[in-house]
Amino acid sequence: MNFTTPPYLTQNVSVQRVMLQVLAALLPGIAIYVWLIGPIILVQIAIATAASLLAEAFMLSLLKKPLGLFLGDGSATVTAWLIALAFPPLAPWWLIVVGALFAIVVAKHLYGGLGQNPFNPAMIAFAVCIVSFPALMSQWPALDRQAGFSEQLALVLGTAPRLDTMSGATPLDALKTALKLGEGNTTVATILADAHNFGYFAGKGWEWVAVAYLLGGLWLWQRRIITWHAPFAFLAGIVLFSGALWLWDPAQFANPVFHLFSGGSMLGAFFIVTDPVSGSTTPRGKLIFGFSAAALAYLIRVFGGYPDGVAFAVLLMNICVPLIDLYTQPPIFGMKSKP
Amino acid sequence: MTRDEFREIAANGVWAKNTSLIQILGLCPLLAVTTNLVNGVMLSLATIIVMAISGLAVSSLRFLIPHEIRIPVFILIVAALVTVVDLLFNAWLHELYLVLGIFIPLIVTNCIVLARVEAFANKSPPLQAMFDGIFMGVGMLWTLALLGGLRELIGGGTLFSGIDMVFPGLQALQLLPKDYPGLLLAILPPGAFILLGCLIAWKNWIEARAAARQQRRSPQPATAAGA
Repeated sequence: MNFTTPPYLTQNVSVQRVMLQVLAALLPGIAIYVWLIGPIILVQIAIATAASLLAEAFMLSLLKKPLGLFLGDGSATVTAWLIALAFPPLAPWWLIVVGALFAIVVAKHLYGGLGQNPFNPAMIAFAVCIVSFPALMSQWPALDRQAGFSEQLALVLGTAPRLDTMSGATPLDALKTALKLGEGNTTVATILADAHNFGYFAGKGWEWVAVAYLLGGLWLWQRRIITWHAPFAFLAGIVLFSGALWLWDPAQFANPVFHLFSGGSMLGAFFIVTDPVSGSTTPRGKLIFGFSAAALAYLIRVFGGYPDGVAFAVLLMNICVPLIDLYTQPPIFGMKSKP
Repeated sequence: MTRDEFREIAANGVWAKNTSLIQILGLCPLLAVTTNLVNGVMLSLATIIVMAISGLAVSSLRFLIPHEIRIPVFILIVAALVTVVDLLFNAWLHELYLVLGIFIPLIVTNCIVLARVEAFANKSPPLQAMFDGIFMGVGMLWTLALLGGLRELIGGGTLFSGIDMVFPGLQALQLLPKDYPGLLLAILPPGAFILLGCLIAWKNWIEARAAARQQRRSPQPATAAGA
C-alpha cells in the first residue's frame, strides 16, 4: 500500500502566479479600452509599469531585500496597471508617474512592503492625484472627437497644449453636473438620452470596458484567485443603494444598471476590494467590507464633489479592516464558536 | 547655573527632547500653520516668547502656587502672556495676525507650554526654567520651519511666501519653474502628517547611525561600567 501524509495541496500557489492571473484578467478590459480610446492606454500602462518597477527596485535596494524575488512577483505591475486604468488615459505622463511613485514608495514600502500595507496602493495613488490635481484628473477624452495616436501621444508627453474641446467629464460626472444645473427640472431619462455621452445602459463606450472587467473578474473567481464574497457584496451594495433611491425618485437618481457599469464599479468590485492585503480576510468580513465600501462609494459618487467615490470608499474601509477582521473570525476547525 | 546644565537644557530642547519629533506635542498648530515657512517660524516665535516668560513666571512663583490647583494657575499665567502676544501680533504684524488667526490664542492650550511648565519650570530655578522654555521653543522653531519649508516647496514651488507680511518689500523665492503644478497634497493636512513621519524617521536614522558608531568606537559593553 502506498501511504501519503497530508496536506494534499497540489496546486503551486505563489504570489507570482496569482498576480499573473490578475494581470491576465485585466486583458479583456484593456483590449476594449484600446478599441475605445486607442493604443495610448498601452503607453500609459508602460509608463506606470516602468515607474512602479523602478520605485520598487529603489525601495528594495534601500531596504536590502532581494531584488529579483520581489520585482518578479508582479505585485508592483498589478498596482501599475490598476493605476493606469483608473487614471484618465490622456493624463500627462508625470501624473501617472507621481501616482505610481506614491503608491509604491509611500503606500507600499513605507508601511512595510507587500503584505503589510494597510491601504490599497493603487487607490492611494488615485486619491493623492485627485486631491492634488483635481482638474487634470477629471479630464476624460471626449469620445465624439477622437484624436489620432500621435496627437494623443503629444498630449501625454506634454508637447502639445491641452485643449478643452479634447476632453470631457466622465459619464457619472456629466450626469451629476447636468442634474445640478437642471435644479430639479431635468430628469435622468432626458439626460441619458443624450447619445454624446451615454450608450445602451451606461456611459457610451465605457459600459463595454466595464463589461470586460466583469468577465475578467468572473474568470478570476472561476480560477479561485478571488472568492465571491467581496465583489458580490460590493455590487449588491451598489444595486441596493442606487435601486432604493431610483425607486424613490426615478427622475433624479440613475438606475442600478447605470451605476453598476459606470465609473470604477466593476474595476473596484473585482480588482480593488478583492485585494488580499488591504482588504478583509474573513468570509463574513469580506461581505461587510464590500457592502460598506459600496455604500460609501455610492454616497460619494452621487452626493459628493468628486467624479467617483470608489477610491475614497475603499481607503476608508481599509482603515476599518483590522476591526472587521477581529470581530468576524470564523471558529477554529473543531470548535463550535469562535475562541 | 553651570555651563553643563545650560548645555544639557539646550541639547534637550533643540534635539534630544524635540517637541515635534520626540515628544510629538502641539500637533494641532503644526498641522494647521506650517503650510509655509514664514507662518511656521512666526508661530514658533510667538510660542518661544510665551514659553520663556511663562517658565520664568511659574518658576519664580513655584513656592507660592498651591500644589492642588497648580494647573489652573499655570493656565492663567500662560493665558495672560498669550493675550499679550496676541495683542502684539495684532498691533505690529496685522496681516500675519489675520493669517495665523485662531492659532495664536490657541497657544494657551498648546500641550508643549503646559508640559514644560508642569514638568520643568515647576521644579527648577527661574533662570533654568526660562532657558528651557526658550530652547524647547527653538526646537519647535527649526522643526516647524523645516516642515513649513518642505510643504511650501513641494506644494507650490516657492519658499518664504508671505515674507512681505513680516518684512514689507521682500519677495518670496520661486525655486521651482513657474509652471510647476504643485502637489496640493503637501499643503493639506495629510501632507503634514506624511512629512512629519519622514522627519521623525530621519531623526531616528541619524540617532541609530550615531549609536552604531559609538558602539564601534567602544566595544566595551555598557553593563561593565555599572557592575
